[in-house]
Amino acid sequence: MALQAIAFYLMAAATIASAIAVVSARNPVHSVLFLIASFFSAAGLFVLLGAEFLAMLLVVVYVGAVAVLFLFVVMMLDVDFAELRQGFARYMPLGGLIAGGLAVEMVIVSTTVATKGAARLSEAPMASGSAGPSVPNAEAIGGVLYTDYVYFFQAAGMVLLVAMIGAIVLTLRHKPGVRRQVIMDQVLRTPKSGMRMAQPKPGEGIDL
Amino acid sequence: MSIGLPHYLAVAAILFTIGVFGIFVNRKNIIVILMSVELILLAVNINLVAFSVFQGNVVGQIFAMFVLTVAAAEAAVGLAILVTFFRNRGDIAVDDASMMKG
Repeated sequence: MALQAIAFYLMAAATIASAIAVVSARNPVHSVLFLIASFFSAAGLFVLLGAEFLAMLLVVVYVGAVAVLFLFVVMMLDVDFAELRQGFARYMPLGGLIAGGLAVEMVIVSTTVATKGAARLSEAPMASGSAGPSVPNAEAIGGVLYTDYVYFFQAAGMVLLVAMIGAIVLTLRHKPGVRRQVIMDQVLRTPKSGMRMAQPKPGEGIDL
Repeated sequence: MSIGLPHYLAVAAILFTIGVFGIFVNRKNIIVILMSVELILLAVNINLVAFSVFQGNVVGQIFAMFVLTVAAAEAAVGLAILVTFFRNRGDIAVDDASMMKG
């Protein structure tokens, strides 16, 4: 039990410290790297909770895809990031005030829920959800996801498809001046349009 | 002491707060704003998974998976819009984006 507590505090501290570094780093590349660290530590928290499947999903999706996407965009844009940091000190008091208020509200709500609310009923975490500790976490998720929630699963796939098409449409660019093969024009070309008879006078030549 | 539900909820609350704070202090830097939104969604996911495990109901983890999907789609489309914006204007200062007078 003590080992679990040590692991929890270590990973929670890593998550929160990395998150603070994300919003306060001077260089956005460092921000992205700290975001990766934050998500990785959060995946550790998920493993600690017994949600292994979601933890691995977090590592694959975030560390593998989203963070690389962020890194790619940050490095591709040629922007003076020092200029974008203006106003950091100006917005600090207002942001701190609102964030502090939010934190107090959420701590009150979560402590109330956890001690007096519905969550009080089951104190011990169950390793793999409703099916009991004998069933692995991924199996428990799959048993529900592909039966009760199969339409939602398909809809999630549709969301990803639409996002992919949207991203392609937004960033696709046809450069002017690039020569491409136009098959339609080639097929519609006839001998009549492709050839012209001319009889130039000596010393004049023809206009092409 | 044993680690219970309040501990995870506290971590999620702090993470959410940091995300909101990041949106406020990095108003000009839209890349960091997008990263802050990702942090907020991560906090939501931690809450969902913690409640799911402590209530013994796996449906919360399913929902966290859908949140993950939508977050990934949002990041992709947001960054695509950002690249297009940069291509058209030469910078990413969102304060100057007032063409629609919103």
